[in-house]
Amino acid sequence: MTRRLSAASLLPSLVAVALVAFPAVAGKFYLQLSSGIMIMAIFAMSLNLLVGCTGLVSLGHAAFFGVGAYALLLLSPQYAPASLWLTLPAAVGAAALAALAIGLLVLRSSGVYFIMATLAFAQMFFYYANGAKWLGGSDGAYIFAKPDAALFSVAPFKLADNTHFYYVALALMAATYGLLRLLLRAPFGRVLEGIRVNEQRMRSLGFATFRYKLVSFVIAGGLAGLAGYLDAAQFGFVNPELFGWRQSGTVLMMVILGGAGAVHGPILGAVALVLLQEVLADATRHWLLPMGLFIILAVLALPGGLAGLRPPRAMRRRPEARRV
Amino acid sequence: MTKATETASRRRVLAGLAAGAAAGFLPARFAIGQQAKVKLGLMLPYTGTYAALGKNIDEAFRLALAEKGGRLGGREVEYVVLDDESDPAKGAENANKLVSRDKVDVLIGTVHSGVAMAMVKVATDNDSLLIIPNAGADAATGPACAPNIFRTSFSNWQPGFAMGKVAAARGQKRAVAVSWDYAAGHESINGFKEGFAAGGGKVENELLLPFPQVEFQAILTQIAALKPELVYTFFAGGGAVKFVKDYAAAGLGNSVPLVGAGFLTDGTLAAQGAAAQGLETTLHYADGLDLPKDKAFRAAFKKAANREADVYAVQGYDTGQLLVAGLAAVKGEVTARKELIAAMEKAEIDSPRGKFTLSKAHNPVQDIYLRKVQGLENRYVSVAAKALADPARGCKMV
Amino acid sequence: MSSSQAVLFFFIQALNGVQLGLLLFLVASGLTLIFGIMGVINLAHGSFYMLGAYLAFSFAEISGSLWLAILIAVPLTVLLGLALEFLLFRFLYARDHLYQVLLTYGLILVFEELRSLLFGDDVHGVAVPDFLNFSIPLTDTLSYPVYRLFLSAVCLAVAGGLYLLIQRTRLGMTIRAGAVNREMVQSLGIDIGLLYRIVFALGVALAAFAGMIAAPVASVFPGMGNQILIISFVIVVIGGIGSIKGAFLGSLLIGLADTFGQVYAPETAGMTVYMLMAAVLLWRPAGLFGRART
Repeated sequence: MTRRLSAASLLPSLVAVALVAFPAVAGKFYLQLSSGIMIMAIFAMSLNLLVGCTGLVSLGHAAFFGVGAYALLLLSPQYAPASLWLTLPAAVGAAALAALAIGLLVLRSSGVYFIMATLAFAQMFFYYANGAKWLGGSDGAYIFAKPDAALFSVAPFKLADNTHFYYVALALMAATYGLLRLLLRAPFGRVLEGIRVNEQRMRSLGFATFRYKLVSFVIAGGLAGLAGYLDAAQFGFVNPELFGWRQSGTVLMMVILGGAGAVHGPILGAVALVLLQEVLADATRHWLLPMGLFIILAVLALPGGLAGLRPPRAMRRRPEARRV
Repeated sequence: MTKATETASRRRVLAGLAAGAAAGFLPARFAIGQQAKVKLGLMLPYTGTYAALGKNIDEAFRLALAEKGGRLGGREVEYVVLDDESDPAKGAENANKLVSRDKVDVLIGTVHSGVAMAMVKVATDNDSLLIIPNAGADAATGPACAPNIFRTSFSNWQPGFAMGKVAAARGQKRAVAVSWDYAAGHESINGFKEGFAAGGGKVENELLLPFPQVEFQAILTQIAALKPELVYTFFAGGGAVKFVKDYAAAGLGNSVPLVGAGFLTDGTLAAQGAAAQGLETTLHYADGLDLPKDKAFRAAFKKAANREADVYAVQGYDTGQLLVAGLAAVKGEVTARKELIAAMEKAEIDSPRGKFTLSKAHNPVQDIYLRKVQGLENRYVSVAAKALADPARGCKMV
Repeated sequence: MSSSQAVLFFFIQALNGVQLGLLLFLVASGLTLIFGIMGVINLAHGSFYMLGAYLAFSFAEISGSLWLAILIAVPLTVLLGLALEFLLFRFLYARDHLYQVLLTYGLILVFEELRSLLFGDDVHGVAVPDFLNFSIPLTDTLSYPVYRLFLSAVCLAVAGGLYLLIQRTRLGMTIRAGAVNREMVQSLGIDIGLLYRIVFALGVALAAFAGMIAAPVASVFPGMGNQILIISFVIVVIGGIGSIKGAFLGSLLIGLADTFGQVYAPETAGMTVYMLMAAVLLWRPAGLFGRART
């Protein structure tokens, strides 16, 4: 993961400066758009912990995104704001808990079976929320007030302010990135890498791989919940589609497009996919066509995704280490 | 391949319209001393399941403006078009794009109720003027109603209630209601129940299918076992086509009459074929209304879009008419919000469906027609409910 | 309702479930073939189903006959399958499954837009051929459309044909051998590229054929491919990847579960098939007939 980083060591700091300075030059919309992209980037990074790092391809990751979003809905009083400091950890905790419960069940299967098992659980959440009146049903529900950041009656920032929201999203994205980097450099990350390449071998080396996978799944679920929470907070609207397979599919596309494996890959994927759709949908009503063609060409021409950090030989399927 | 050439020519018309609009507007942007243009954000489905509906609304809306010289209150118009993909997960983000990036003066959309509710939220938060040209979610002109939110179509409650009245007046007592298990279905059935109960009828069973599944055999078998006096349905699009065909093929049509909200047979008759013949539905529009306005509109739409108008086109057209009326009153001054809203509230829309006004909750107070399928038309039979207003429960403006 | 009537309706519901399952099998079998033999996850499979339905509709409009439409359209879809394999899919065999997912997702978008450009966005119906357009009375109020029974028969015939093809013919033997060991088959002097091209075209044609033959009862509408795609994946996974037998059993299970779920547990009807899948995977993590592999 750290290879080649030295070659472009200047780039990250430049990007960081640009991101911090961005609100000085950007208008309201571009702040909101960037906040939205960063939320998706958190979501995609969380999925990448499974897909790129542990070799677990989930097509139901939106389940935890949705749990985070709906947790904010349920924890918010009807018209008054809820406390950020209480609801954010609670939402992340709820998503992590859901991930623990589901992970215990789905991690028994692997490969394509795992893909479908995760999809199955997300679909159950989707259909449940669709029919549940107490969650607002299929038309969704409103969160009327943004979470309140006041601590002991002093508010360091206001989420209702777009610039503040941007910085909160940026900080949380950076924190997520940092956390994942730390995790992956730690022995824990090496074990996950080992599981991705060859779980059998790790097991015979004495690692309780199931537990490692479960921890990875729970962390990924919690972080997805964080993204969902922010998504619900941004516009104050939740809908069962947040659990939907379209949502799971989109974020998976971001991970793959960015180049599964590299920690920053999903960020690139999120930026590329969102911006591409912005540009194409503005240019033509038939935007699906160029979008689809772009994706196809990206697969054929960019074997390592946008991050391109994975050596080409890792892309080749090895019979003993098929990942999906 | 007549189909393909028809599509192609339709698209050429569209492209021509777009090019013409662009050519007409671009230089004006830089002209000095010119009045600001009125910026309209059309957020509609241009791809996916509801694309046909979105396109009809779009073109009829433009037609309404074109008939007034393409101007609103004397000002030129600029369109910003956005494909909402009928995806509620992206609804708020998309609506926000039109409001915050494009700074549109009026937000117009959409078809899908979930997406429309996201638009309502964004419009409420930003105090933007929103006109809903289709989505029937009761809440939009109910609990979520606001001075800046208008609807020119219907509430899901309205056609349902009217059909309930009709059925009860016929002396029918025992009904089964069938729909998808989603908000629009629940709301439509609730309307029916209310109208039906007022006349002494009772909905004994509600058979709900997960949205958007279209396998109806299990439900049809249940209907055959329950043997109600009639079946009330709320389905639209592909589901409506399939349900009507399956219902007829199961032989139920002979013993249990099928009725429904008008979407059951709107835009779907060619696909339903013989199975739909004789079906009765209620809606705020019908064929054979014998109104001069309707005839003129149909001819104009056909000329502009090269296809027949339908209820969605009517709704799009009336959205345009409502804006024309409102902005004429304030001479195109969109910032005169209070006066603009007052004018829109007072407007009497000379719609192809017949004249209508808006309720205090900003939903049409309109006649709901009983229609019967004949050939490829939903022929007008009678007025099922005269000047019916949605009860707007939970709306603070009422 | 008397108890004898209740039993009758139970059997009618079972018939509904079996009939739905057989139709699903037609789509799922192509998916499991491509999946199991070539190792390609093809998300665009639902698009082929949609394409078949739209082709049947437009050719039936022109020719006035569904049979003629199918006769023209099936070879076209075989050609499409060959072309797609040559242009895109053959580059995917050596790639990670992730990139297969991404590319075929791109294909879904392309097909959806092409459908809109070529056929428009309207909902269409295809008439049931005249001599099959009647129903058999089952109770005083309910009758069963003969076309649905015909559909079931066709699906059974296809299932039998596939079984014979895979198990009893030389081509089938090579296909099976290729699925297990690509290199070995190649070393026997068999053109594995050609073999894969044929299998892929067969899978595409199966999905498209399902769309064509189902068009009179399914109706033809935008987005129809997505619904069937997910449920087909569920079936393939329940049955075990690559197993035609598993896909057959999985289809019947799903058809019955979906039908009876709607009757006995309508509140959770949307979740029934997914709960079933989760339960099967908990019991057998590689599906009913899957070969265990990681």
